[in-house]
Amino acid sequence: MTNCPTLIVMVGLPARGKTYISKKLTRYLNWIGVPTKEFNVGQYRRDLVKKYKSFEFFLPDNEEGLKIRKQCALAALNDVRQYLSEENGHVAVFDATNTTRERRETIYKFGEENGYKTFFVESVCVDPEVIAANIVQVKLGSPDYVDCSNDEATEDFMKRIECYKNSYETLDETLDKDLSYIKIMDVGRSYLVNRVMDHIQSRIVYYLMNIHVTPRSIYLCRHGESELNLKGRIGGDPGLSVRGKEFAKSLAQFINEQNIKDLKVWTSQMKRTIQTAEALGVPYEQWKVLNEIDAGVCEEMTYEEIQENYPLEFALRDQDKYRYRYPKGESYEDLVQRLEPVIMELERQENVLVICHQAVMRCLLAYFLDKPAEQLPYLKCPLHTVLKLTPVAYGKCSGEAFKTHFILLENKLCLNK
Amino acid sequence: IFGSPLTAPARAVNAFNADSPVRQRCPWASYMTNSPTLIVMIGLPARGKTYMSKKLTRYLNWIGVPTKVFNLGVYRREAVKSYKSYDFFRHDNKEAMEIRKRCALVALEDVKSYLLEESGQIAVFDATNTTRERRDLILNFAKENAFKVFFVESVCDDPEVIAANILEVKVSSPDYPEIHRENVMDDFLKRIECYKVTYQPLDPDAYDKDLSFIKVINVGQRFLVNRVQDYIQSKIVYYLMNIHVQPRTIYLCRHGESEYNLLGRIGGDSGLSARGKQFSQALKKFIEEQEIVELKVWTSQLKRTIQTAESLGVLYEQWKILNEIDAGVCEEMTYAEIEAKYPEEFAMRDQDKYLYRYPGGESYQDLVQRLEPVIMELERQGNVLVISHQAVMRCLLAYFLDKSADELPYLRCPLHTILKLTPVAYGCKVETITLNVEAVNTHRDKPSLNSSPVRMRRNSFTPRHHSLGSKPLHLLGPLPALQAREGAEQPQLELSPALPSPAFLTVTSPVPFSLQKMSTLAV
Repeated sequence: MTNCPTLIVMVGLPARGKTYISKKLTRYLNWIGVPTKEFNVGQYRRDLVKKYKSFEFFLPDNEEGLKIRKQCALAALNDVRQYLSEENGHVAVFDATNTTRERRETIYKFGEENGYKTFFVESVCVDPEVIAANIVQVKLGSPDYVDCSNDEATEDFMKRIECYKNSYETLDETLDKDLSYIKIMDVGRSYLVNRVMDHIQSRIVYYLMNIHVTPRSIYLCRHGESELNLKGRIGGDPGLSVRGKEFAKSLAQFINEQNIKDLKVWTSQMKRTIQTAEALGVPYEQWKVLNEIDAGVCEEMTYEEIQENYPLEFALRDQDKYRYRYPKGESYEDLVQRLEPVIMELERQENVLVICHQAVMRCLLAYFLDKPAEQLPYLKCPLHTVLKLTPVAYGKCSGEAFKTHFILLENKLCLNK
Repeated sequence: IFGSPLTAPARAVNAFNADSPVRQRCPWASYMTNSPTLIVMIGLPARGKTYMSKKLTRYLNWIGVPTKVFNLGVYRREAVKSYKSYDFFRHDNKEAMEIRKRCALVALEDVKSYLLEESGQIAVFDATNTTRERRDLILNFAKENAFKVFFVESVCDDPEVIAANILEVKVSSPDYPEIHRENVMDDFLKRIECYKVTYQPLDPDAYDKDLSFIKVINVGQRFLVNRVQDYIQSKIVYYLMNIHVQPRTIYLCRHGESEYNLLGRIGGDSGLSARGKQFSQALKKFIEEQEIVELKVWTSQLKRTIQTAESLGVLYEQWKILNEIDAGVCEEMTYAEIEAKYPEEFAMRDQDKYLYRYPGGESYQDLVQRLEPVIMELERQGNVLVISHQAVMRCLLAYFLDKSADELPYLRCPLHTILKLTPVAYGCKVETITLNVEAVNTHRDKPSLNSSPVRMRRNSFTPRHHSLGSKPLHLLGPLPALQAREGAEQPQLELSPALPSPAFLTVTSPVPFSLQKMSTLAV
């Protein structure tokens, strides 16, 4: 039972952030190593019904519409079954309105038949401003409204929401008391959590309770060039080189110019990040878990020396750089695990600058940009470069995508590695 | 996903350069995040308030957040020496109401003293707090003192649970020294009725919608969480959502004696010695005899624990975070070799074993942070056997037995000994089981303190665990100036007269965070 796949079922009226939550949760779970996939029923509908006409498709008495929608839901559930039972998926996120008890019972039975644990995530929101903002952010650019003006799209979408309202049965404390669920109210102002069954549901609840939608930016960079960087040696705890110190000063200037509200600055507990932060002249917090990957017996060696002294290890690392663990050291996989509290706290925070190290920055970046394990160890994180990540919803997919803005500072002298 | 850290990060905030105008640039908001927090329990009697208060306090202290419980019942018993009957709690008993209110005010004064003068970060006010009037009084008190308030309400209507609670903890309460059990139950139930008349539960939809709280319903079956303000409240919510009250047993033991143990070497990744293998067999037999229902077995990812578990012939999980403390440059050395090669390090470790970090390695404090997800998962689980290592086991044990950071590194965790922990009432019962297999003794007692000052290495001071609730910077005296900050091995530090003058910086008690980044003391 502890290794049952989990079926997460989203619940809520349109424009309540279900897809945003689905995508974010899926990204997080995959990053921490839990194979997860989302199944958006709207997408199935768009594939089946090539051209969206109007909200009338969603009218509760539109027989044809209802038939197609049910078909899509079943097709999606079929794919869920394939993913969880045949493709080694651990978690499937079923993203649809699922606003009636009847629909949810169908899904729950489906879960039971296949040996899945079902966990509902309902998003409830009555604030008209939030809903309007959601519509503007993600619905206007939807493929459904590609030929409409903004006003037409908004009007149609509001009518679409109305179609669901009459039959909407919210998760009820009494009627649904035996289900496992979290009800998110008003974009996270409050939560109702019922019958959390296991570790993964507990983690999901914790994650959902820590994310927010307040606009903010996350800045990621490495420490300035270090003495060991100059010598081509990995790891260790060296101080900054002359150019590294210059970078620190440029960074201070850059941060000043950006005029960031309430910026938090985090470093590791290694000299080179601390020295970089010192130049900023603002308070900063040191996290041991932000320390660079531990290269074990290879610490402070050059890659040539490693190849000479540990040729087998050197080869193994190239075969599976994500899972390869340095003897007496760590792997990227270990690093991800160690960095999870950083990610959780980054989710809670607003504007943050993280001054860290190459491998660490790759792991953090992979989380924000949804890069899989195979690509993570090869992400480009050069010295003296700041990545500014700002959540922005692309028109075509609702949910969070990051616009990466590469800012190359004055001091572009990077060591060629 | 097991073993993914969900810890309070080990953080330190740097010292400001005393000359920089940076203090003015920091908005008030960043100080607010460091306000002390007042946790206020709410609920009828026998709803598990004291159980949650004590457990939460134990957890917060273990992760390094100074926390204390203030139980109003204790204050009341001080004021009214002899409890007579439930009549004291009738809401129309004016005299008693006066006494109870006075007790609350005295308790709050102690809370204030703890949070403002004794470096406490969190105070847990354990009382019924069932009326809006009482809660408004507390909210005003908190506002006056700039404390954040977080309510924890326990709601339970299951009569079986309540009866069980009364039997478990009330029957043995100081209020009922000699009375016959049934009379206790009877009186206590009438006491509860007294409170019910005026009970106003938290109302998330109207009156209390702007408060920060968690409502725990029916012993954790359901939770309502409202307006979590910050990191520590988020951790508290997560913790409360993971604990349970089902009876179960936790077994802690070390790996069997290893080859390195025989050689007196620390760390490394050696296999079991012959006696160690014998122990594994004995452990297997012991486990079978215990007849434990659905036992989970956890090990580290080092050979010696894995080999120990292998003998059990059951499924086990390997957690990297259960690996022994990393002794850095001292790995695989004997204590004699360490003393010879690194005499200063050796001395420093004995001065403050909890905070001392091996060069290139870890401290006990780092270990606690690393082990937090293990504790969290242990709370979720039922019966578990954890096969780990000496330092690791000390950390886990300190959590269950509420041992302070001072005692933790000296807890006795000998080889070939199993500690059986069973939750009971408000605490934990410990049984020590020595399996009759000889092993070397790896325990070092705390040597008698020598008073000669010790020079601390730059990174030997592990920064404070969590910068919560510390005083706003502007209240502190002039800041020490740091010279030669650029990665020089031993920066010198000038102490301002405002600082206390120990021979070296004692870091066991919370330190105002302006001093966090001090690397070395010139003494």
